[in-house]
Amino acid sequence: MEQFLHELWVARWALAQGLLLTVEISLASIFCGTIIGLFAGIGLTYGKWPVRWPIRALVDCIRGIPVLVLILASFYLLTFAGINLTAIESGLFALSIFCGAHMGEIIRGALQSIPRTQIDAGRAIGLTFPRILIYVLLPQAMRQIMPVWINTGAELVKASTLLSVIGTGELLLRTQEVVGRNFMTLEFYGLCGLLYFLVNSMIERFGKFAGQRFALQ
Amino acid sequence: MPLLSIRGVTKSFGTNQILKGVDLDVNKGEVVSIIGASGSGKTTLLRCVNLLEDFDGGEIILDDVAIGYVTRNGSRHRLGERELARQRAMTGMVFQSFNLFPHLTALGNVMLGLVKVRHMPKAEAHALAMKWLSRVGLSDRAAHLPSQLSGGQQQRVAIARALAMDPKLVLLDEITSALDPELVGEVLNTIKLLAKEGTTMLIVTHEMRFARDVAHRTIFMDGGLIAEQGPSAKLFRNPKNARLKEFLKRANI
Repeated sequence: MEQFLHELWVARWALAQGLLLTVEISLASIFCGTIIGLFAGIGLTYGKWPVRWPIRALVDCIRGIPVLVLILASFYLLTFAGINLTAIESGLFALSIFCGAHMGEIIRGALQSIPRTQIDAGRAIGLTFPRILIYVLLPQAMRQIMPVWINTGAELVKASTLLSVIGTGELLLRTQEVVGRNFMTLEFYGLCGLLYFLVNSMIERFGKFAGQRFALQ
Repeated sequence: MPLLSIRGVTKSFGTNQILKGVDLDVNKGEVVSIIGASGSGKTTLLRCVNLLEDFDGGEIILDDVAIGYVTRNGSRHRLGERELARQRAMTGMVFQSFNLFPHLTALGNVMLGLVKVRHMPKAEAHALAMKWLSRVGLSDRAAHLPSQLSGGQQQRVAIARALAMDPKLVLLDEITSALDPELVGEVLNTIKLLAKEGTTMLIVTHEMRFARDVAHRTIFMDGGLIAEQGPSAKLFRNPKNARLKEFLKRANI
């Protein structure tokens, strides 16, 4: 035990930095992913076919590819297109489009479940379609997707561990490095698991709180 | 010069022609009701006037302006979204299924158009919305969400939402059809009040007594055309068209 505490003290900054990077990458990719998903979802629901079909193809493609492959592809393949990204940037890119494709599908589902008569009602008071989206449709859709959205956040935290394979110093890679030095496998992987669990249960707490706040009575 | 002038309007859904050339004038301050069997085209006509449906031929003139379309070099073009929205704001519409915005309170429902379409300052919009809510007898329900209101109350909020925009013409589409029988009265009384104040209204309804008592003029639509029209009292007492006779007999008035 004493030895573990000593090793933990030695590794404290490395692990804290890893945890911070994990949280940062997760937050950033859910932010970017949600924005991508908003446009994708709106296009899928209300776009005419020249808009809808390309989005449909992209979304299905991304959803059909494992996240790990997306991460490796954005790290190794984008250089061929002349785009040079650091490990963190390409990780962020991969997680964002992964999240965006899923959010696009979720937002499409939510928008499609809103009766078309809501659009009529908005038009009848003289709102243009973009304004109907902002003031009538999206507020209703957002309330619906809140629980799923939070869930996607937790999925992204877990998916971010895959970034360790391209050398992003997030929590898992930092833990592997620490274990490589002190060989205390059980203790430090246990700690690592506990930290992921804590982050995700905090996200879940927040989700429950937000869900209650925004629920339609 | 009538406020609303419908000239030869035609409309098809696929091969099914719903409107076969409808002509109708409505004067300012007049209340006109449209009756007829399901599928006769009355709701479609109303939706065309509010530009919720496009129509294939003819024209609709509201307050001296041809709405929905513009003719350029002999060909007919649908107006752009912004212009359509501007023209829709001149008419108010109340729907069969209320269609209140479920995420906004009663007050929020009435204020949305005032703030976002008429660009009224919040305080002014709030005062006007409260005025209309109290006119429909719901000032004590302003903070309630639609789900916390009865059907009759929701429909009265919808009436307030339409009227607060100060429309030139109000369109009512079977506004009591989705209500429990005991709630119909409160909604119809609200409309009677508006009629008395000289609000111009075009009403599609299945409430024959209401049409007879409130509307100055009643239109009977059959198969996408106006089959008979006249002052309400006369039309109900002495129908000429055979189908109208049959329709009134079945409506049991």
